[in-house]
Amino acid sequence: MYSSNSRIWVSTFVFSRAERFEGIQVVDMVCQRCQQNKATVHISDLPEKREQHLCDDCAEKVGVIVKQSHHTANEILQQFIKQKTGLGGAGDLACPKCGLTFKEFQLKGLLGCPHDYVAFQSVLSPLIQRAHEGGVHHVGKVPATAEETVKRQTGLLRLRRELQEAIDQENYERAARVRDQIRILELQ
Amino acid sequence: MNLDELTRGTGEWLRGEGPMSDVVVSSRIRLARNLADQPFLTTASESDRAHIYRAVAQAVTSISVSADDLIVDLEQTEPLDRHVLVERHLISRQHAAAEGSRGVTISPRETRAVMINEEDHLRIQGLRSGLQLEALWEEITDVDDGLSRQLAFAFDRQLGFLTACPTNVGTGIRVSVMLHLPALRLTKEIERVARAAKDLRLAVRGLYGEGTEAAGDLYQLSNQTTLGKSEESIIQTFSETIIPNIVGYERAARETLHRHHLSQLDDRVWRAYGVLANARRISSGETQSLLSPIRMGIHMGRFKVFSLKTMHELFLYTQPAHLQKLLNRTLDEDDRAVARADFIRKRLGTAK
Repeated sequence: MYSSNSRIWVSTFVFSRAERFEGIQVVDMVCQRCQQNKATVHISDLPEKREQHLCDDCAEKVGVIVKQSHHTANEILQQFIKQKTGLGGAGDLACPKCGLTFKEFQLKGLLGCPHDYVAFQSVLSPLIQRAHEGGVHHVGKVPATAEETVKRQTGLLRLRRELQEAIDQENYERAARVRDQIRILELQ
Repeated sequence: MNLDELTRGTGEWLRGEGPMSDVVVSSRIRLARNLADQPFLTTASESDRAHIYRAVAQAVTSISVSADDLIVDLEQTEPLDRHVLVERHLISRQHAAAEGSRGVTISPRETRAVMINEEDHLRIQGLRSGLQLEALWEEITDVDDGLSRQLAFAFDRQLGFLTACPTNVGTGIRVSVMLHLPALRLTKEIERVARAAKDLRLAVRGLYGEGTEAAGDLYQLSNQTTLGKSEESIIQTFSETIIPNIVGYERAARETLHRHHLSQLDDRVWRAYGVLANARRISSGETQSLLSPIRMGIHMGRFKVFSLKTMHELFLYTQPAHLQKLLNRTLDEDDRAVARADFIRKRLGTAK
């Protein structure tokens, strides 16, 4: 019934991704099928320019599969701790500084010392990436005493990310400002 | 200042003021930090813990912003007093229940607290009433800067601040906002809020954090992602998008109740008052759930028998540890139910 061209989005609340990105403001629509409940699932078939607005129950009845919720970082960690398989010999990895083994980390979900991030890097990296929506590089504050180069690098990373955001939002005025800041920092 | 003096006031976060305070009870930001040259607490020996505790406590009092902070050595503190700190949201339940060298430093107005030797060596946190994340951030980041000049924090240029749990690595920031959402629950829309929040990778919890129920329609919303986003952008998403939207929905739901179900709304508020003003035994859970419609009723102008200030006092002092502290004696659950009902009736002037 719905082709792969159909776009389906859910207006759980105004801040759902769909509305923010499509720029569509969905105001209290009634389900077109039962004519009773609030429409929360919106389907549009691009080729036919057809739109349909359904409530949760009706959407399920007509077979629209609504995307599953994301897992929170803690759930990802819990799953990871539970699964304990597919790591090969990683469980036997041990940190030379604190002596914690990877197996022990899996039991508690807590690391033994800062060096564990180096010692377990190969197995930790994918977990960290998943737990942080793909984030792999710190772009926040750096300690007041950090070397200038670290401050500069982190600043550059943050600005480049901001630049991308500004471009995505078609905010070219802001993009130009950020680009100037990047140039200044790069010259230092 | 000492703990007994602290217990006499209600603390900043329960003032019931600040932007959007009809729905937003309080805002909180915490930063996780660890000392670079010490093991995390999972593998630290008792002497490591003692060393970390001393070093951090000393650093906190040596920076000017926090020179007047109260330092509480939790190892030397009675269980009842530790429980009081949990009820005031200054320490976590885990921190109260743990063993070994650990503590907390508390600023005079209770807007700031640094937990020492909790899951991380330091948990720098700020707490205020209403939606005040920007002001909180300024305060907290100042303390963080001051402390990072005294203490070398575990930091990596790729991963940022290194934390005991990899889910906190990067900024180590957790932004939490406590919301009172009684109308969304009554209109049965609360599940949708929870789902939408989860879609945005936010955690939704009850009043006392992880694994607790949403007593009194209080929900805590917090970020989960700490790596790859700056502190400012995480805070901005909360204060400009997420929270104003949920507040808008709660207000709309209250408006619906007001317009279409006024007698039911008033009935709920006044029945709650009726029970509070007359009960001879009451649990803290029941008290919280009765105070919920009253809080909403006060904000909607439907209830004027007592003020928000009284509501907040009842909210804080009917909790088990505060009640015992106030009455200056230890009571078991059974005696507490009677003492709590007495306290409420006296406070409301309905004791006979």
